[in-house]
Amino acid sequence: MSAGNERSGPEPTAVLEAVDISKHFRVRAGRFRRGTVHAAENISLALRPGTVTAVVGESGSGKSTLTRMLARTHKLTSGRLYFKGEEIDPRAAATKDYRSAVQLVLQDPFASLNPAHTVRYILSRPLQIHHKAGDDLQESVLGLLRRVALEPAEQFIDKYPHELSGGQRQRVSIARALAVEPEVLIADEPVSMLDVSIRLGVLNLLADLRDRDQLAIVYVTHDIASARYLADTIMVMYAGKVVEVGPADLIANAPQHPYTKLLLSAAPDPETATKTWLGDSGAPPSLVSPPSGCRFHPRCPFAMAVCSQQAPPSFDVAADHHVACWLHSPEQVEAQSGALG
Amino acid sequence: MSIAERQASPAATTPAPAETLLEIRGLSVDYGLGDQPVHAVDDVDLTIHRGEVIGLAGESGSGKSTLAYAVTRLLRDPGVITAGEVRFYQWPKGSFQQPADGPTGAPGTVRPRTIDLLSPDPRVIHAVRWSQIAVVFQSALHALNPVLRIGTLIDDVLKAHEASMSGRRRRARAIELLDLVGISQDRLSSYPHELSGGMRQRVMIALALALRPSLLIMDEPTTALDVVIQREILEELMELRQRLGFSVLFITHDLSLLIEIADTIAVMYAGRLVEKAPAKALFRAPRHPYTYGLTRSFPSLHGERQVMSGIEGSPPDLRDVPAGCPFHPRCGFALDRCRSEEPPLLTITDESGPREVQCWRHDGTGPVPLELGATPPRADPDVARPVSRDTAGRAGRPEIQRRDPS
Repeated sequence: MSAGNERSGPEPTAVLEAVDISKHFRVRAGRFRRGTVHAAENISLALRPGTVTAVVGESGSGKSTLTRMLARTHKLTSGRLYFKGEEIDPRAAATKDYRSAVQLVLQDPFASLNPAHTVRYILSRPLQIHHKAGDDLQESVLGLLRRVALEPAEQFIDKYPHELSGGQRQRVSIARALAVEPEVLIADEPVSMLDVSIRLGVLNLLADLRDRDQLAIVYVTHDIASARYLADTIMVMYAGKVVEVGPADLIANAPQHPYTKLLLSAAPDPETATKTWLGDSGAPPSLVSPPSGCRFHPRCPFAMAVCSQQAPPSFDVAADHHVACWLHSPEQVEAQSGALG
Repeated sequence: MSIAERQASPAATTPAPAETLLEIRGLSVDYGLGDQPVHAVDDVDLTIHRGEVIGLAGESGSGKSTLAYAVTRLLRDPGVITAGEVRFYQWPKGSFQQPADGPTGAPGTVRPRTIDLLSPDPRVIHAVRWSQIAVVFQSALHALNPVLRIGTLIDDVLKAHEASMSGRRRRARAIELLDLVGISQDRLSSYPHELSGGMRQRVMIALALALRPSLLIMDEPTTALDVVIQREILEELMELRQRLGFSVLFITHDLSLLIEIADTIAVMYAGRLVEKAPAKALFRAPRHPYTYGLTRSFPSLHGERQVMSGIEGSPPDLRDVPAGCPFHPRCGFALDRCRSEEPPLLTITDESGPREVQCWRHDGTGPVPLELGATPPRADPDVARPVSRDTAGRAGRPEIQRRDPS
């Protein structure tokens, strides 16, 4: 297993690709008024086998909405989804095949496992429903437990969720997702409820699944350090929009978007003796009436006139590194290099 | 000024050693009486000095919150304090000056009043709680009364503890308190649910500071918050501490955070205090295998990406704590002795000054594994004694001293 992945050769094609997907929720914003929550807007991403894509952002940034759209438990407001190159009808409910190919692991392993059933039942049901059990159901369940390193598996199979620790429960959750032989695993904050000493074990398990089983994994987190540890690509979200996408190392060491810089300066970092906190007193905006232009401009120390008028498109700063910020528009870059030269 | 910069000048944060504020000796807390009590806190010693930020780190079930609740006598049934002493030293208000602001009064001129917090007389703790020791709880949404406005919440505290205060002065103080934590005064008429998570936690801090306590106990105050808001609140807290001179007992499971904000860190495991050391020394040179594992449990933001392993296994069930050292089933350095005998809390002295560790590997009878013997950063370069670096990465054998068996 390797924590960071450097691959060469032609890139494998995406299992699941999202193009400009958005999700709006209609809400009541008063007794008579109705509003729309712009939870996620114009997100594009491609998930390739054997890679981990981390989605990083604060609560309310739309990262969980994105996972639900990819798993198709939320219908898209707009945009297109391609599964293995074929477009999916956005109005239709997810088919059983799709649900078995794209699996979701949720944050809270205390709430996502039925307390009234044993591990055996919890893991047998998906096997039976999706006809993946093979000849021997018991053997399949034991195999799943071994895949998530719950050993000796014979001891765990008849336990109830309350008899397991948080880390073990999260492993059962992952085993349940693996039961249907998915190609895409979407993990929504899988370690944030776990104790620090066992988080790495779960992250390493995800890395194993990527390397050994070539799963395409989406790792949603608010912890940018763990995203750098596990992911190949990091996508930073703010107020429902993607602000920066790039290789994990570049995002952590050479962030370009002012929000990514703010996020990094806020992360606990005991190794740096003189860390400068980019002081900030703003808060994420309301998604019912998001700010005009760039959604970060009211908090941004570098905001220009254009930022409040027009939403920035995604500019390329390197081959795989894209930033949605006017500071990186060709005109700005030229003006700056002119000023320096 | 950032947290790191403030920490870079140790003179500004380290109080004189004699200025003890809270002294915990041999404290044990059980949940449930009878045949099978759970020993949530087991024989813990901890001293908090004036103006100090002590970090208490540990996983869920390590007893860190129970310790805080025992000290403030907020334990609920079936929690019972079974042994120990907790003494609070009440210094006259305003007698503490940050050394940065000028020389402190000559030592010995002010004497504290000693208060036994475990006294059976309920009036004793009532006089101390909130006015001397205030607590900020983790979940502000649950800790604030949802049917009272913010102004009323603050007003109630002042009314209950400072009866002589007039209504107008209470209101002025409430505005002052909100201003302290960066909330505008028109929020006085808001209800808790109308505030964001970060604002609610700020209100909690304002409430805790209402009576100018000398010790603030913070139980996972920022765990439920986003990183950016967490950082804002921590920066504000550290600035307030600098200004008002209170001590902080900061309880969290996030060791990486404590290394940045605390002067001293105490690590708890299965109800025991397993290691206590200056923050930087604990991070750079952990002595206990559990601390060593913890410092290798959070990925770094810098350098090569390396595979890290965390700690094998999971924390013990407190109903069935392993014999000997409770950490031995997860420990990579365990000796035969660790399986049968529980180690005492040893005081060892190294470059960072005296520190405490509960591990047989440091009792001086055998070699210390390299991983547990890294050279810590020096506490004070002017007074530190010269160090011979005879073995790789490790200084000469530290001085060892056993705690008196009590």
